[in-house]
Formats: sequence, structure tokens, C-alpha cells
Amino acid sequence: MSRKLLEIENLTTSFQIGDEYYAAVDDVSLTVNRNEVLGIVGESGSGKSALAFSIMRLHNRAKIEGKIKLEGIDLAKASTSDLNKLRGDKLSMIFQDPLTALNPLMEIGAQINETLILHRPKMSKQERYDRVIELLDLVGITGPEYVYQQYPHELSGGMRQRVIIAIAIANKPQLLIADEPTTALDVTIQAQILDLIRELRDEMDAGIILITHDLGVVAEMADRVAVMYAGQIVEIADVHTLFENPLHPYTRSLLNSVPTEGQDRLHVIQGIVPGLQHLPRTGCRFAARIPWIDESVHEENPLLHEVTPGHFVRCTCHSYFYFPEKGKEEITHGDT
Amino acid sequence: MAILDVSGLKVHFPIKGGIFNRTIGHIKAVDDVSFSIEQGKTYGLVGESGSGKSTTGRAIVGLENITAGKILFEGEDITSRESKTKDMRKDIQMIFQDPYSSLNPRKRVRDIIAEPLRNYEKLTKNEEKQRVYELLELVGLNPESIWKFPHQFSGGQRQRIGVARAIALKPKLIIADEPVSALDVSVQAQVLNFMQDIQKELDLTYLFISHDLGVVEHMCDEIAIMYRGRYVEQGTREDIFENPQHIYTKRLIAAIPDINPRNRDAQYAFRQEVKREYENSFDDYFDAEGLAYNLQNISATHRVALPERG
Repeated sequence: MSRKLLEIENLTTSFQIGDEYYAAVDDVSLTVNRNEVLGIVGESGSGKSALAFSIMRLHNRAKIEGKIKLEGIDLAKASTSDLNKLRGDKLSMIFQDPLTALNPLMEIGAQINETLILHRPKMSKQERYDRVIELLDLVGITGPEYVYQQYPHELSGGMRQRVIIAIAIANKPQLLIADEPTTALDVTIQAQILDLIRELRDEMDAGIILITHDLGVVAEMADRVAVMYAGQIVEIADVHTLFENPLHPYTRSLLNSVPTEGQDRLHVIQGIVPGLQHLPRTGCRFAARIPWIDESVHEENPLLHEVTPGHFVRCTCHSYFYFPEKGKEEITHGDT
Repeated sequence: MAILDVSGLKVHFPIKGGIFNRTIGHIKAVDDVSFSIEQGKTYGLVGESGSGKSTTGRAIVGLENITAGKILFEGEDITSRESKTKDMRKDIQMIFQDPYSSLNPRKRVRDIIAEPLRNYEKLTKNEEKQRVYELLELVGLNPESIWKFPHQFSGGQRQRIGVARAIALKPKLIIADEPVSALDVSVQAQVLNFMQDIQKELDLTYLFISHDLGVVEHMCDEIAIMYRGRYVEQGTREDIFENPQHIYTKRLIAAIPDINPRNRDAQYAFRQEVKREYENSFDDYFDAEGLAYNLQNISATHRVALPERG
């Protein structure tokens, strides 16, 4: 059996602003295998959440082009009723904000129950109750019988996030999309949640897409990493390659702006992520933020190049990139 | 002499209940906290949500009522509300966590930054404008920004407007409550670098409140760890990161994600080990109520909450 679970081909998601459509996700192709965590990193505005919402088909009025194949079913073309059957069952998502993702007027147990009622209509009431208790236990909530009848406001942020995870995994999804699952949490709880997601991957043989801006989390969790900038994937590689031999200027800039030991001065990426309407649609999209690099080294129409097996980088500018504060001698690092 | 000296600070909130809405108990948000900060240094206050770190900061600026304790600023007692004179408020400023909600969306940048100036200094229109221009230049924003509204800026730029407002009156102490938590790493780098630059330029003292140990390690000279309103450990950056003594500190440090994927398994094993130690030795480090003990000196700079010996 093929290990490929999700195959995205040339996905473009555009939003209408005024009379025109602007692509927030621009020609993205990637695969997620079973028992694999694919990390997606990038700044806010880089299109990573737009990509997740496209896979879940949660955008209301977006134009979606390309293919999103989950075990042969093309999600991009699926009807709403088909999607309703898939979402929460084979395909599910952990949302970023535990404070707003739960219904404040419903008991915790009932909220987890909802997804079971919808997708497992044959289960008896008692079976469902047992399953909810089992799920609460699985996500590490102590006293599940008690929490079952509590309301969201009675729980802490970490507990709520676990409830959201319990809902997401209730039907043992094949593909789990986690959009910044730990951003709102304290470090010790973050560590527990990440351990939990890792266990789920192994236990259910699931594919996981982990979206985050925290490079430390990616380093700890991901098997492969895709770096997104301005709606495009600019680099994709297995986690060791990406952290040890990052090539794209954006990846290297990001890694350099994280505080690490013995670093006096953090690297600052010049400029800001351009808004959707102001994205450069031709040439290297990152060029404007590395103005000290000669313009002639960028491709006119940058493509993803496979530099070593499985390691793809967009645009040729990476071979010429250097940090202005370090000087040019570093160039050799990027030559492959 | 220390610029800020806090001793025995307590902030307790009453819990109301019963038919007459009487006070039936207290939440001890900050319980017996003492520290002092030297001029020009950065003091880090670390803890999880609910540990009382923000309340401590807010109590110093005067945004919370103090139950007990004493706060000395440049040797002057500023504990009570009445003693927080206008002059003292000028010298202590605050940078807030969320650059999206701490700026009035209906005010232009000029009015936002000029507000503290208008409160304290009688300037002519032109002088005021000149000062705002200077401040904008100092925080690296375009002079045209003066006529813009907050929504026209990115998160990092907004946070810099907040910083410009905080330094408008040339304060001596800035309380930065999670100043970069809401920002992307690239923007975070920008704000942190900038805070270090103006610290040197204006000889500022920071009380840096954060839950992110990586950022705290990068910024702070001295660090204190809080748990449920009490200090569990306090020391220099080296004391805390290279020689943590309290199990809670160890657990926090173990929970920081490692940026090198090669260390993944080792880090995971280490974390499990610390977790086991935390569970097994909880009683050795915390009293019957689950609170930290009083601090004991273990070196000239390093203090840890341990039960009294003997």
C-alpha cells in the first residue's frame, strides 16, 4: 500500500478583493505520508493558515484551483455533503485559539459527543459516553467524568486546548491539521500537547500537518518541513537537512532571528510581509527584503529546484545569498 | 543603589460569596515578593499564566492595589496610591503585551505618542510635533507615519509606536509585559534589538515580564521564576540556566523546544526524566498547600525556595 495520504497538486486559493482575485496560496504542491508530521512554517501572512483552511475547505468564498487528493478523493471538487461526511471523520483540524473554538454554552462532554453522533450514528448512548471519557483520558485530563459536565469557562487554556484535540481525534482521523496548536499555551503544557500529538501519529498511523511559526516546535516535531513565504513554498526538506543546511534566504533569515545561546544581536528581516494585494506576482517574491543581493541573481520566474533528493528550493538567488552583517565570504555555504 | 526596591510585596484579591456577598477568602496573586533592580539592567520575571508576574508589574506602576509590602523607587516610598505622584508616574512607564489592542484605533500616531507629553509638559504645537518626529526617528518609523492610524501598521511597527509612547517622557524604568509574545520571530527580533539599543542610549532599566525563557535568556541580566504568586528561584542568567536548583525551574527549562532536530530524542528523554523527578519530589520542593517555600541564599546572587534545614 502506498504510504501517501494527501497529495496536493498546484493548489491556488484566491480571494476576491474589489473586482479582482488575489491568490493567498499560490501553486502549492506537496504530499503528506502516513505516520509523518509535516511542519509548515512562515510569518503571519505567508499563507500557511490559508492553506490549512483550503484543505479543510473552510473558506467561504474563495476560488480554489488544483487538486487536493486525500486517498483518491479530490477535496477541491467534493460537494458540501461529502465534505461534511469527511470533516471530523477522516480529516480533522485542531484550531489555534482554545478560547474561541469551543461553544461557551455547551458542556464539554456534549461538544465531544457531537462529532460522534454525526459520524457514528450506530453507537449507543452508553458507547458514546464511554468513548468521550476514553478520549478525555487520552488527552491527559484528570477526572474525565467530572470534566464531562463542566463548561469551557471552568477550564484553563491548556485544558481547553486538550478538549479541542479530543474533538479532533474522536473519530481517529487519517489526516490531522494542527494550526498553531500550542501558541496560546505555557511551555510545560506545550511540551505535553506536543508529546500527545506525537503519540497520536504513531498510534493511529495518521498524517499530521503542523502549522507553526515557532521553529523550536518544528525542530522537535516535524519529519519534513515546508517553508512558506507570500503564498508559495520556498523550501521543503526533511527536518535535519532544513536545520543543518538551510538554503533559501528566507529560511536562513528566519533561523537567524531566533535567540540562541551566545548570540548578541538578532538578525532582522528588512521590510514586512507584503499584503495580499501587494504581493509581487513576478520574479522572486523575497527579493524586496534582501535588497543588498544583486537583482540579476534572481530568476525571472522562480521554480522549485531539487538540490539534493527531497530538498527543494525556489529561485537561484540562494547560491548568492549572504547576510550583510557577516559579509560575502559566507557564500560557499549555499553552493550545491 | 538600586533604582527599584520591592520588599514583601503582596497583592491579594478578595473572593466574594455567600448571601451578603461577604469576602470569603483571598486569592494570593502575589505573595511576599522581594527584589531589587540596578540602574541600566534588565530584570526578567518568568512564570506560567496565573503565576502573578503581570500583577507584580502592574502593582509597581500603580494599576493594582497593594495589600502589603513596600516599593522604593530611587529611594522614595511609592507604595501607596497617594505617594504615586505625577513625577513618579512619569519615570515609570509600561509597554503592553498586545500591540493590536493597546493603541487607540481612532487616534492618529501623532496623538498617541503626544499624549504623555500633553499630560506632563506644556509644549507649543510646533515643539510637540518636533518631539514626536524625534521619537519616531528613534524607533525607526517614517516621519509620514505621524498622520496614520494604528491599523495602517504591521504588528512590529505598532509595538514600536507603543515603545515610542513609553519613552516619550524619558522614563527611568520601563515595565515590559510580554512585549514580544504576540509577534512573529522576525518582528520579535526587531523589537528586542531595538529595546537593547534604546536601553544603551537612554540608560534605561527594564523589568521584563515574559513566559518565553529563550527571550528572557537573551535579554536579561537577572531572572526570577514565579509560581502561584511566589518566587521559586532568583539569580543571574548563569545561575538560572546553568545551575537551576529548584525542580520547577528545571522543568521550565526542560520544556523549551530545542532548535536542533538532532537533539530531539535526547531532549524528549531528558524531559521525561525531569517530569518523573518533578512528580516524585514535589513534596520536597513545595509545602502542604502546593506553594513554594521561602527563599534561601545558596550564593551571593542565587536564591532558591527550599524548606528550612534542620
